Amino acid sequence: MNPVADCIGKVYLAVMSSNNSKKDSFTARRKIPERRKTDDLKFTKVQELVYELKIGDAMMQKVITTTPQTSMSKLREILRDNRISGTPVIENGRLVGIVSIEDFIKWLAEGAQDCPIKNKMTTNVKTMYADEPLIHAVSKLDQTGFGRFPVVDRQSKKLVGIITKGHIIERLLRKMEIDYHEEEIHRYRASHIFEDIIADKVALTFRTYLKGGDFDRAGEASSGLKKTLERLGIHPQIVRRAAIASYEAEMNVIIYAESGEISVEVQPGEIHIDVTDSGPGIPDVQKAMQPGYSTAAEWVRELGFGAGMGLVNIKKCADDMELTSSPGKGTHLKIRIDIRTTQPQTKAG
Amino acid sequence: MTLNEICKILQADFIGDVKDLDKEIKMACGSDLMSDVLSFIKADSLLLTGLANPQVVRTAEMAGIAGICFVRGKQPQPGTVKLAEEKKIPLLTTKLSMHESCGRLYREGLPGCDELK
Ligand SMILES: Nc1ncnc2c1ncn2[C@@H]1O[C@H](COP(=O)(O)OP(=O)(O)OP(=O)(O)O)[C@@H](O)[C@H]1O
Ligand SMILES: [Mg+2]
Repeated sequence: MNPVADCIGKVYLAVMSSNNSKKDSFTARRKIPERRKTDDLKFTKVQELVYELKIGDAMMQKVITTTPQTSMSKLREILRDNRISGTPVIENGRLVGIVSIEDFIKWLAEGAQDCPIKNKMTTNVKTMYADEPLIHAVSKLDQTGFGRFPVVDRQSKKLVGIITKGHIIERLLRKMEIDYHEEEIHRYRASHIFEDIIADKVALTFRTYLKGGDFDRAGEASSGLKKTLERLGIHPQIVRRAAIASYEAEMNVIIYAESGEISVEVQPGEIHIDVTDSGPGIPDVQKAMQPGYSTAAEWVRELGFGAGMGLVNIKKCADDMELTSSPGKGTHLKIRIDIRTTQPQTKAG
Repeated sequence: MTLNEICKILQADFIGDVKDLDKEIKMACGSDLMSDVLSFIKADSLLLTGLANPQVVRTAEMAGIAGICFVRGKQPQPGTVKLAEEKKIPLLTTKLSMHESCGRLYREGLPGCDELK
């Protein structure tokens, strides 16, 4: 394996190893799949990033350069003082060559007679564009065995930076850390909301309006609710129950009513989800609550709804549920979910 | 079982950008009724379905489903694919029928949602 891939592989393994799930515990007559071998591992996370990031994102912008007239003895000082192993050679703002430590050693071996860099530099310089994906640099470094590529602007052809394996690895690590931290920060801020406010009663309320028949946006309200609850640091199992209950209620409003709203109140100990609509109402609430009861039209069924299980699901997910309806006016569904216990206190059926 | 292994067993292809080959799938469930899915599927499962509308992805999001496989060669609309990419839910499509897809996965050791405790 080449050094970059090898190093990236190690990074990947270090990042992903904490994700390794425990061995499944079921032992039935079925064949249990063999454990994957490590060389089977695909570097998907890193792969994604090397396609997403551009060379310009990873390159070093402050490039130490020389000119064709710089002397080889001066080059020695430049390399030593800056601890670098080569420099691009620039004349009138244009890249005309590259001189590396190998050129320098060759010069030493040949007697070290002082001369301008232009006599020793490589003029056929391979460059890369700043707007190319990072993967191009990874594969080009690998194929050519070169240690660095000058990076130029595609339009002006001016030197804008330099890229080495070191820069690529550094950028990937930083990006992985940033992605991870961004969500963490949202979470941290939100989860302190209750502790930071001093009052006798603290609650967070938010409301989303729903439009009947709007299938394209159906589920957005519950999706937002889910994200908010996650950021508040609420237990994933509770978030899941709240999201499912809210989604079933949201879909009912979209399917059966003209308009409605979901209003959520999060208190330190419980979540209240109130879904009201100005739809046709439910003539027989008892009946509607029965598993399998549905008045859904054919087109609704074709979309995967109308099993008559929505209200049953809501009840299963909630600690308390109250459905009231006045035919011709609308429906009001009240859901309460306890934050302190992960299992619902009241079970359906 | 990883998504990659599932791909091979079902001769399935990924749709969209979320190609999480190493994602561990612990169990699977096949259904075309979203409320059914929401009531019995567990988090980290694979959902096999013959429906390909955006609500399938929404359902997966709410229930914490690890991946969706469309059976009988169903191809979702671009909006559905975009939503899945946003929610980082991998999508697969297989030419096999629902029955054969479930059968193959079960034979290879992937349990159903009510089996795995
Ligand atoms: N907001 C509402 N307005 C009017 N009628 C409703 C409303 N919510 C539910 N109903 C009635 O109650 C019935 C049962 O609702 P439920 O959500 O349990 O099942 P479904 O919507 O028919 O199917 P599923 O939810 O399984 O896709 C519906 O078919 C409908 O007749
Ligand atoms: Mg319903």
